[in-house]
Amino acid sequence: MNVLLNGSAHVLPDGATVAEAVAVATDRARGVAVAVNGEVVPRTGWPDAVLRDGDQIEVLTAAQGG
Amino acid sequence: MSLPPLVAPAAELTVDEIRRYSRHLIIPDVGVDGQKRLKNAKVLCVGAGGLGSPALMYLAAAGVGTLGIVDFDTVDESNLQRQIIHGQSDIGRPKAESAAASVREINPYVNVVIHNTALDRDNVKEIFSQYDLIVDGTDNFATRYMVNDAAVLLGKPYVWGSIYRFDGQASVFWAEHGPCYRCLYPEPPPPGMVPSCAEGGVLGVLCASIGSIQVTEAIKLITGIGEPLVGGLTVYDALEMTYRKIKVRKDPACALCGENPTVTDLLEDYEDFCGAVSPEAEEAAVDSTITARELKDWQDSGKSIFLVDVREPAEYEIVRIPGATLIPKGDILSGEALARLPQDRQIVLHCKSGVRSAEALAAVKAAGFKDAVHVQGGVLSWIKQIDPSLPAY
Repeated sequence: MNVLLNGSAHVLPDGATVAEAVAVATDRARGVAVAVNGEVVPRTGWPDAVLRDGDQIEVLTAAQGG
Repeated sequence: MSLPPLVAPAAELTVDEIRRYSRHLIIPDVGVDGQKRLKNAKVLCVGAGGLGSPALMYLAAAGVGTLGIVDFDTVDESNLQRQIIHGQSDIGRPKAESAAASVREINPYVNVVIHNTALDRDNVKEIFSQYDLIVDGTDNFATRYMVNDAAVLLGKPYVWGSIYRFDGQASVFWAEHGPCYRCLYPEPPPPGMVPSCAEGGVLGVLCASIGSIQVTEAIKLITGIGEPLVGGLTVYDALEMTYRKIKVRKDPACALCGENPTVTDLLEDYEDFCGAVSPEAEEAAVDSTITARELKDWQDSGKSIFLVDVREPAEYEIVRIPGATLIPKGDILSGEALARLPQDRQIVLHCKSGVRSAEALAAVKAAGFKDAVHVQGGVLSWIKQIDPSLPAY
């Protein structure tokens, strides 16, 4: 299936989960949040959240600056 | 979702106050009632730095009756590019005092409370309990998680914001009505993976973009107008000039505010939770750390060393230790640059302050350079101890 991952087109296997999409975007899972179609998927839900064709996935990184 | 006003209205506004706040009073949604609520409000700003500067100035101008300022730091020249509440003559002065003076100049009707101290697990609840609302403008993950935990445990709302280079994020965390910081980011990133503003830089004016969102949300919460950013994350990209709002829901599995919390009090050690240095780096640095003075002695004695600066090219442009070769930390961690390290010379790594070089040291040692060392305090120590004519940054 085709998805948008941080604004770029990616092809993921059918049935891919949010956890798998995160692994494509970054090699670490700590300190990041993921939004699918504008809504954050809580960390504990990543392995079960199955993506669909056309989903827009955004991996956000925590920043500490202030 | 709109929420009722957080603060009850003060009894009255004086004639002077009515004159001063007239542009608020004639907005129907704010009105005299809203301004009286602002007058009665007690808001604490954690950090009088990049975000705290515009936040405190606008909260003061808006007529928030009591403004607390907590900061342990003093004003440094490198703060002035963005921390606009402080000025040239404030260099060296405690930030809490400098900020308080600016607040009083902006609005003498504000009662300013100075907390010239570092927020820690022993004082955070006591300080927070004196306020209706907290504004988080801290600059490190350890304090951010402590602020969140204390706010959730006390049932206080807080307006959160963070900045890095050209990107900013803001939200209102209020566990009673929505998610907390841990619902969004359950854990901090691994140590060394996400640079601070001191390491990676920040566009000065970004502070105003995010700080003003925080003040806007504070005013909305206090007066009960509009849709507060509870359950929403605003993501700002200065280069694209876009603001996007992402929905964040309470995580039922959140360790702090979820259905079966495992964190029921403040953590013993937030530094430890966030790990300023990874365990690998800490171990690598044991017995493999030299001072700037020792590096100078090695250089002067003609010892065969290979000095590696693991900072970023922009930092190397600003100031460098003579004889250093630039190989950014990322290239060492990825293994890409390991081939550039000579086998027959003493490897010495340095960065700005000694954190990144410790991370790189762990990778270099793991690659077989067993006698490699790094410089404690990095180039900043070199400037202090060896050559004060060089610019610190």
